[in-house]
Amino acid sequence: MSARAAGAPSLQGVARCGSRLGRIMRLMFTANGLMSYLFLYAPILVLVIFSFNASRFVTDWAGFSLRWYAKLFDDAAMMAALKNSLIVAFASTLVSTLFGTMTALAMERYEFFGKLGLDALLYLPIIIPEISMAVMLLLFFILARIPLGITTIIISHIAFNISFVTVVVRARLAGMDRQLEEAAQDLYANELKTFWRVTLPLMMPGILAGALMAFTLSLDDFVITFFTAGVGSTTLPLRIYSMVKLGITPEINAVSTVLIAASMTLVLFSLLLQRERRTEKVRNI
Amino acid sequence: MGESIAVEVRSVTKRFPGPGSRPGSEVVAVDNVTLQILDGEFFSLLGPSGCGKTTTLRMIAGFEHPTSGEIYIHGKPMGLTPPYQRNTNMVFQNYALFPHMTVARNVAFGLEMRKVPKEEIERRVQEALAMVRLDGFGSRRPNQLSGGQQQRIALARALVNRPEVLLLDEPLGALDLKLRKEMQLELKTLQREVGITFIYVTHDQEEALTMSDRIAVMHQGRILQVGTPTEIYERPSCRFVADFIGETNFLEGTVQEQEESRVTVLVDGLLPVIAETDHRLPRGARVSVAVRPEKIRLVPEPVPGEHNTFEGRVEQVVYVGTATLFRVRLSPNVSLAIREQNIISTPDSRAYSWGVGGQVHVAWLYDAGRVLTD
Ligand SMILES: Nc1ncnc2c1ncn2[C@@H]1O[C@H](COP(=O)(O)OP(=O)(O)OP(=O)(O)O)[C@@H](O)[C@H]1O
Ligand SMILES: [Mg+2]
Repeated sequence: MSARAAGAPSLQGVARCGSRLGRIMRLMFTANGLMSYLFLYAPILVLVIFSFNASRFVTDWAGFSLRWYAKLFDDAAMMAALKNSLIVAFASTLVSTLFGTMTALAMERYEFFGKLGLDALLYLPIIIPEISMAVMLLLFFILARIPLGITTIIISHIAFNISFVTVVVRARLAGMDRQLEEAAQDLYANELKTFWRVTLPLMMPGILAGALMAFTLSLDDFVITFFTAGVGSTTLPLRIYSMVKLGITPEINAVSTVLIAASMTLVLFSLLLQRERRTEKVRNI
Repeated sequence: MGESIAVEVRSVTKRFPGPGSRPGSEVVAVDNVTLQILDGEFFSLLGPSGCGKTTTLRMIAGFEHPTSGEIYIHGKPMGLTPPYQRNTNMVFQNYALFPHMTVARNVAFGLEMRKVPKEEIERRVQEALAMVRLDGFGSRRPNQLSGGQQQRIALARALVNRPEVLLLDEPLGALDLKLRKEMQLELKTLQREVGITFIYVTHDQEEALTMSDRIAVMHQGRILQVGTPTEIYERPSCRFVADFIGETNFLEGTVQEQEESRVTVLVDGLLPVIAETDHRLPRGARVSVAVRPEKIRLVPEPVPGEHNTFEGRVEQVVYVGTATLFRVRLSPNVSLAIREQNIISTPDSRAYSWGVGGQVHVAWLYDAGRVLTD
C-alpha cells in the first residue's frame, strides 16, 4: 500500500512531463490492451452466445433457447463421455494429490541422495511438449502390454498431474514458518501429532489448490488422452473432437460452454486458495 | 530462590557443518560452555549477534543436540531426549503462534497434548489469559492481535504448562522501544510471581541488566563472565565484557607495584593510576585500566585521598539532556570520556563552565578502576 503510494507520483510525473507524447502513448497502450482482450475472448463470447441459439445452424441467430443444453443431456454418447471424464478427473486428482503432496514434503523437508537431479526432473512433465509425452506414454503402454482404456488414461493423467500438484504444494510449504512445527514439538506434540495438528492444516490450502488444478487439467486434457484412450473410454474433449469432424452443431457450443464454465470456476477457486495464503503471510509479518 | 540447580550445561560444544560441507569447514557455534542455572532464577544469556546464544537455548529445549558435553535438567541428563519429552517451554522471537487456531486453542495446545481433562484445560487457559491481561481475547485469531499482544499470548501459551524452565529467545526483539520497556518490567514481575526459572536470551545489555538475577556474557561461542548485573558492570573480567556492557575508558599501561588488590599502573609512561584487581600481577606486565565515564568527576583542584587525580584540557562538550559528556585530554596519547549528570538546571552555573579548551582537573576513586589483563 505504502509502496504504491510512493510509486504513484513518479509515474504521474513521467506521464506529465511527456505531455503530448505521453498522451499518445497512453492511448496506444490502452487500445492495444483492449484489442488483446477482444482477440482472446471474442471467440469464447461468440461460442457461448451461439450455444443459446434456437437455430440448427451455427451461423444464423434465431432467438434464445436452451434446446441444445437439453439435447446435450439426452445424448447418451455425450453422457457416457462426461462420466468417463469425471471418473478420470476424480481418480487422477485423488492419486496425484496424494503422491504430489508426499513428494513436496520429501523435497522440501528432507535431504537425500540425488535430490537436486530429481528436483529438476520434477518439472519435466510441465516443460516437455504434450505431444511428446503422449507418444512416450503410448509407447510405454504398448511395451508394457497394458490394454488402452480408461485405466491408461488415468495413469497418464496422474503422470502429469503429480508435477503440478507438487509444485503448488511445495510453494505453500516453502512459505511456511518452520518454527511453528518446532513450537508444536516444544508443546509436547510428537512428530506425528505435529504433522496432523500443525503441518497438514497449514498445508491444506496448497493441497486443495493443487487438487483443483489437477482436476481442471485432467478434465480439459485432449492430446495425451487422445493417444492413450481405447475403445469405450472416450472423454468429453475426445467426444467433442469426433463431433466436430462430422460438422459443427450448436450442441458442441453448449458442451464447450459447460466445460469452460467448469474449468473457470475450478481455476478461480484454486487461485483464491493460493491468494489467501499470501495475505495470511503478509499479515503475520 | 532455591539453591538447587534447574539447568546445568556441562562442557557443551556445538559444531555445525560449514557452508562447504567439507570436513574441517565447520562452524563452532558453542565452544565448551559450562553453566549452572539455579531454580527460580532469572538468568540471561547476553552477547553480540552470532555468539551462540540461540544455539545454547535450542540445545536446552532439545531442538539441537550437543556435539559433545551434556545438558542436565534438574539433574537428569537430557541426551537425545526430544523437545516434546522435556519439561521446558520456549517463547520464540517471532512468537510462532499457530495462525490456523484461535488464541484460546493456541494456549490450550500444550495441555491438550498432555491429555489434561477438558474442564481443567478451560480453567487454566482462562487463568493464563488473565495473567497476561488478555482475558476475552480467546476467540480471536493471532493475526488479529498487535505485536505486544501476540507476545503475551506466546508467553501464556508457554506458562500455562507450568514448565520447570522457560526459555525466551529475544522475546521483545520485535517490539518498539516504549512497549519493550513496559514488557521488560511486566516479564520481570511475572517471573517473580510464578517463580519459574527463566533463561532469557538477549543482545541488549540494558535489558539484561534491568531484568536478570544473573547474566552470562557470551562471545564467539564462549562464556566470558557469569555474575549478577552489578558484578558484570562494576567488575568486568575482561576487556570485551567491559566494552560490551556500558561505556568504558581503557587506559593502557604497565604494572608498577601491587599491594593486596590494589595495583599501580603507569599509563602512557607518565600517569600513575591506582586500580583494583583479583589477580597477582607481575611487575612490568602490560595491562589496561577500565574506568566508567560516570565515575570520573571534573573538579577545579586536585582531590586528596583515595583518588586518582590529574590535570587535563577539555576537548569536547556535548549536552545530551540528562547529562553532559566531556572529552578531556590528559596527555598526547591519553584522553578520557566523562559523563556528568545535569543536576543543576541552569546551564551557565559553575558545573558547566568548563568550556572547550579550559584547564581542568579530573578525579576518580581508586575502587572505580579495574585492571584488565587482556
Ligand atoms: N543450523 C545451523 N547451521 C549452520 N550454522 C549455524 C546454524 N545455526 C547457527 N549457526 C551458526 O552458529 C553461530 C551462532 O549462531 P546463533 O544463532 O546461536 O547466534 P546468536 O547468538 O543467537 O545470534 P543472534 O543474536 O544474531 O540471534 C553463528 O555463526 C551461526 O551462523
Ligand atoms: Mg539468536
